[in-house]
Amino acid sequence: MAELTAEGGHGAAPTGPEVPVEPTVTTARRDWPLYEVFVRGKRGLNHVHVGSLHAPDDEMAVHAARDLYTRRNEGVSIWVVRAAAITASSPDEKDPMFAPSGDKVYRHPTFYDIPDDVPHM
Amino acid sequence: MHQETVYDALDAAHGGEGQWAFGTGFDEPLAGVDTTVPAGIDPADLGAYCLMLGDDALVLAQRLTQWITDAPELEEEVAVGNIALDLLGQARLLLARAGSVGVLGRSRELATASIPDEDALAYFRDPDEFCSTGLVEAPNGDFGQTMVRLLVAATVRLAVLDRLRGSRDPVLAAIAAKGVPELAYSRDHAARWVLRLGDGTPESHRRAQVGVAAVWPLLADLFSPTDVEARLTTAGVAVDPAGVRDEVRSVLTRVLDQATLQVPAWPADEPPRGRIGQHGPERTELLATLQGLARQHPAATW
Repeated sequence: MAELTAEGGHGAAPTGPEVPVEPTVTTARRDWPLYEVFVRGKRGLNHVHVGSLHAPDDEMAVHAARDLYTRRNEGVSIWVVRAAAITASSPDEKDPMFAPSGDKVYRHPTFYDIPDDVPHM
Repeated sequence: MHQETVYDALDAAHGGEGQWAFGTGFDEPLAGVDTTVPAGIDPADLGAYCLMLGDDALVLAQRLTQWITDAPELEEEVAVGNIALDLLGQARLLLARAGSVGVLGRSRELATASIPDEDALAYFRDPDEFCSTGLVEAPNGDFGQTMVRLLVAATVRLAVLDRLRGSRDPVLAAIAAKGVPELAYSRDHAARWVLRLGDGTPESHRRAQVGVAAVWPLLADLFSPTDVEARLTTAGVAVDPAGVRDEVRSVLTRVLDQATLQVPAWPADEPPRGRIGQHGPERTELLATLQGLARQHPAATW
């Protein structure tokens, strides 16, 4: 299986053997698992990926996320997930997965106006 | 309208110039607040009491700050820094309250007029004028000991500030109300670490137990009221520290039990020491670091 790496440098999903899935009793601190952090800024918005962190376990990951990513009132809700639990698309499949579909006009509903008071579209 | 991330939203709310990180609240700490002292309260006592609470927060903040660049993990460094900043915010308000009722000690002999009261009190009082307790002044020890001390200090302070929300001084009551959720978080953070270290590896358990042994004797003078606290408790302004002892003991015992740590014998009450200015070399050394820059460059800004 090809090793998956996220594009852009800071995203989810390196899944090589160097990323432990379970902490063990003798876990050294550099072996703390990587977590991806998602924060919801306001009610009604989606959770958005804001970054990643290392933590010894799930509870401490939420705690650390609160300190690292919401210390200036950015959020009302935090999700964390082990990076190793994320299945990512592979850069090798870039063309079939993400080829521009600008020529497929039927996929782009551009033929009507969105009213001004519809937010977040 | 379309905001990609929570940070974009914050930026938009602060003028859209990418300055939101610096955006909040460096005005006068008590700007717009009615600082009139209610009838029947001695302003000198009130100011002295605010210094006790403010100095505890200031000194503990300074201790926690010593972990910056040295914490076991980057994530933990930020957490400890946040807790220190929360405490510093409480200290700022409390020292400002002391200044607002004219309690400035000898700080004005050294501080120039342009320096606000709370900075004068923080930077230009000598160690014998501070009234922080030995609990917050003691050196950090290792990370385990730091978390045990933070657990104890946050538990005591939370119990006191929780009751102070009903203080007859409305300013003090408001400062306490702001501090309560912050301290609940600090206590929770410390408790999580004490649980994980106590119930972790044999080495982490051993070190946490050593930390408990080092911190426990510092409980001895925390629950004996000073004359100021006794008078203000009668006046409905302060909290009698003796009245929070049982709650503190119950919380600490519960956390240590669950962390599989042995709870040492509770030390016998002793008369106040730090609260009335008595201190060891630790306080002098810590304040020298805290105050050095401001004293050498009193007009410095950055």
